[in-house]
Amino acid sequence: MSLSGADIQCVAKLARLRLTEAETTSTLSQLNSILTMIDSMQAVITEGVAPLAHPLELTQVLRIDEVTEENAREAYQMTAPAIKDGLYLVPRVVE
Amino acid sequence: MSSLTKNTLAGLREILTRGDASSVEITQDYLAEISARRDLNTFITVTQDDALVSAKVADQIRAAGQASLTTGLPIAHKDLFCTKGILTSCGSKMLSNFISPYDAEVVSKCKNAGFVMLGKLNMDEFAMGSSNETSYFGPVKNPWSPTHVPGGSSGGSAAAVAARLTPLATATDTGGSIRQPAAFTGTSGLKPTYGRVSRFGMIAFASSLDQGGLIAQTAEDLAIGMQIISGHDNKDSTSALIEVPNYESLLNDSIRGLTIGLPEEFFDSRLDTRMQSQIEEVIRIFTSLGANTVSVSLTHVAEAIPAYYVIAPAEASSNLSRFDGVRFGYRAEKPIDLTDLYECSRGEGFGSEVKRRILIGTYALSEGYFDAYYKKAQQIRRLIKQDFDRAFSLCDLLLSPTTPSTAFALGEKSDDPVAMYLEDIYTIATNLAGLPGGSFQAGLIDGLPAGYQLTGPAFSEAKILNAAHKVQQVTDWHTHYPEEIRNV
Amino acid sequence: MYESVIGLEVHVQLSTLSKIFSGSSTSFGASPNTQASLIDLGMPGVLPTPNAKVFEMAVKFGLAIEAKIGKTSVFDRKNYFYPDLPKGYQITQLDAPIVGLGHVNITLEDGTTKRINITRAHLEEDAGKSLHNSFDRLTGIDLNRAGTPLLEIVSEPELRSAKEAVAYLRVIHSIIRYLDISDGNMAEGSMRCDCNVSIRPQGSKILGTRTEIKNVNSFRFVEKAINSEINRQIDSIEDGQQIIQETRLYDPDKNETRPMRSKEEANDYRYFPDPDLLPVVLSDAFITSCRNSLPELPESRKARYMEAYGISQYDAGVLVADRDVADYFAEIAETSGDGKLSANWVMGNVLADLNQTGRSISEFPVEANDIASLIIRIKDKTLNSKTAKTVFEALLSGEGSVDSIIKERGLVQVTDTGALRSVVDTVIENNPHQVTNYRVAAPDKQGKMLGFFVGQVMKISQGKANPQMVNQILLDKLSG
Repeated sequence: MSLSGADIQCVAKLARLRLTEAETTSTLSQLNSILTMIDSMQAVITEGVAPLAHPLELTQVLRIDEVTEENAREAYQMTAPAIKDGLYLVPRVVE
Repeated sequence: MSSLTKNTLAGLREILTRGDASSVEITQDYLAEISARRDLNTFITVTQDDALVSAKVADQIRAAGQASLTTGLPIAHKDLFCTKGILTSCGSKMLSNFISPYDAEVVSKCKNAGFVMLGKLNMDEFAMGSSNETSYFGPVKNPWSPTHVPGGSSGGSAAAVAARLTPLATATDTGGSIRQPAAFTGTSGLKPTYGRVSRFGMIAFASSLDQGGLIAQTAEDLAIGMQIISGHDNKDSTSALIEVPNYESLLNDSIRGLTIGLPEEFFDSRLDTRMQSQIEEVIRIFTSLGANTVSVSLTHVAEAIPAYYVIAPAEASSNLSRFDGVRFGYRAEKPIDLTDLYECSRGEGFGSEVKRRILIGTYALSEGYFDAYYKKAQQIRRLIKQDFDRAFSLCDLLLSPTTPSTAFALGEKSDDPVAMYLEDIYTIATNLAGLPGGSFQAGLIDGLPAGYQLTGPAFSEAKILNAAHKVQQVTDWHTHYPEEIRNV
Repeated sequence: MYESVIGLEVHVQLSTLSKIFSGSSTSFGASPNTQASLIDLGMPGVLPTPNAKVFEMAVKFGLAIEAKIGKTSVFDRKNYFYPDLPKGYQITQLDAPIVGLGHVNITLEDGTTKRINITRAHLEEDAGKSLHNSFDRLTGIDLNRAGTPLLEIVSEPELRSAKEAVAYLRVIHSIIRYLDISDGNMAEGSMRCDCNVSIRPQGSKILGTRTEIKNVNSFRFVEKAINSEINRQIDSIEDGQQIIQETRLYDPDKNETRPMRSKEEANDYRYFPDPDLLPVVLSDAFITSCRNSLPELPESRKARYMEAYGISQYDAGVLVADRDVADYFAEIAETSGDGKLSANWVMGNVLADLNQTGRSISEFPVEANDIASLIIRIKDKTLNSKTAKTVFEALLSGEGSVDSIIKERGLVQVTDTGALRSVVDTVIENNPHQVTNYRVAAPDKQGKMLGFFVGQVMKISQGKANPQMVNQILLDKLSG
């Protein structure tokens, strides 16, 4: 599997990463060599093998339904780049 | 170097208990050392004032007769553990302004145990790297040779311990990020079983692989630290509800009759001969202590690297989506619209290795490729786990080199990501299987440290530390430290 | 002729105290971002911890629609960037949902029932809200709603008209209210509906290209939105155009749908199992305990009411749709001992008032007990239909009990034969022409003419005369 510059741009768009022209070029050869390395796993026969999502096959512990959080807006928004009236601000979104 | 900072954690504990020095004195000595060794670039933030305040409080607690085993001992945290009110950068421009509003569980546990935090340690950006060269705050130098890398991603943690700038450092390991830098810097490092240590407040790289652990000078020091940071946390769904043993009390168990497995695949013709002879020396010591060896096979271990380089970037690509310039972190100047805000903040805030991995992960999860990449990798992951299960039916612990060679030169592999990824050949399968692994000192090759790795079944940390401690009792490799420091 | 093919995706906010993956409150209307915790904000390093209550609620819903329960359910990540989605992914369930294939029955206009299959229902987290109008060229993000638990209920495309879609939506609403797993308030967004609509030539087996109308927020708008979209699609096809698969929004002011400008990029959600969460395994004991705690559901209550109170299928259907209304009706029927009359009064007067005022039965000012007393007074002939209506209105304006209203307003029905005879005599005396006309009229015309005399008697008695007795006396006197 080999990627073209256009493929990279497409994936970068999906990942919301702006790549410069130079970055696209250097990334291209590196990504392709990584993908070649990754493709070596295709030789392994995995038919009928159940995928392993977690190393310890434990099951989920559930939390009791109770409110444990208090308002800490001020503390949490100290680190925010743009806020007003308690809202986070972003460029206008059109629906 | 002062006489205090050359001590191990256990040594400092004795000094405090005996009253030979106060926590404030110890803290002052470490702060002085840190300041003297700025050239190594091990710390991103030094929390000097807070450290002295905590040390003073620790001394008061001790004076009141209420000290615990760890009250007043110094520690430093890898900069991906969130620390309330203190910069938590994860080695990235993206978080170069992020003052965390909360403490990671590991950080809280250390605070509650009376540890004095010296500061935050340098690391590869978002823990992605094997050399510490991807940090936004610049590379960390290996204290054994300033032209060599300390390994990564916990390069700051390992180098700081090696240079005796802290007796204990937290670290994290996703594919070898504790064990490889420990090997490169002549320190002891333990990556616990997945689920042993809470991930809450550890900035995620790859959630199903990440595990917090420690780097110190000795297995004994690791045992002291593990006692504090281990255990179930109901804030982390993946943390295990399994009792924590008393690591320190198990250190001196006899290892007579212990069976050590030697994976064939790790001792093939590709292994550097000098590395091989160091490992053979370690095997000889184990045998002299009454352990047996057996040859085992990890059939699918070669596929661990490709499987890892699908799973880890896939999880990372999703984990790092929250860095979007909206609620915290770096935000690009004057975005023209929402897409521009996202693309520029992320394009400018992330370094090239992080971007590379996000791209691979995004691609591997994209429509039409999921089965060929992600699902396939998870299937291989099961095969690898089964390999380990089989091996552990024949032996108690596995032994191998930690790395194919000693530390490489700065810049040597930074343009060749695949060569860099292959560095993780001995460590990466352990993460895929979620197993505990430790790296311990195995002498020097051309003046640079070599490390050996012990891997055990799930939750066998005590056994690993016990075995390594026994070796450290009869060797002096762990007492070596860089000439440069000795001469100061 | 075209046939429309409609499937609904209904998002129901589950009425838990805390969020699905954090301990933040889910209450509605708090000041922006005051109910957004570290986890809801997607801060670096935080992890989700699932709320046990959502599984109980989802399992109850699954049992109510006779679905297969996913004993092992898995959470997945749906990845996309949007400012109201803090982590850049939504935690949802893709391949292993909590509720599998189930079904409900809807009643069609002709009274027949139709089974609608429900493909699945899965748990997921809600997003925050974007506020577009407060700032110049900026959007404000409020993440209080982020992480509120949702149950997304996906129907098969088996609905064939907007009316069927609404009937289905009402059944779902009714079930979630009976189970008390959501307040189902569409205006506040606790129940939202996405409508997938396509059309095809009548008789065709091939599905047409569908469009999805997002976030329709009332029963009425669901009907109007679907109808306007069906018409748009028909017009497009008749004009020789192709239908484009896209997401659209319904504009109630213009009664039309328009394509959404955002989120329309061909999205690739890159689903994968959330590595921060483990599979949720439910025990048989847990599922059994959910089953044992299920309340009586609308379908069985409907059958029971028809049997117990002798009411029609249609009436029973209307009365059981809302659990509180059904309880209200049952209390009246039990106390008054007359199911049919109770049904008439609840549907004709109580529900009419609720429709008109928009209030719910819990806000209705008249107690079930008072309506029952009213019916008892009708049955014992104290009140006739006219005076009963007067009493009902007095009850609505809070004038006290039924009996005190009857007493104070002097509304006791006149059933004294002597008194009625004398009023009838007066009417006959005062209207000699009409009497003559009546007597010469053909018998089939007389019935209608009798009404005039009854009206005159009621007028003199101020509505209090017993109409049946008046009839009888008039017939006797006029024939003589």
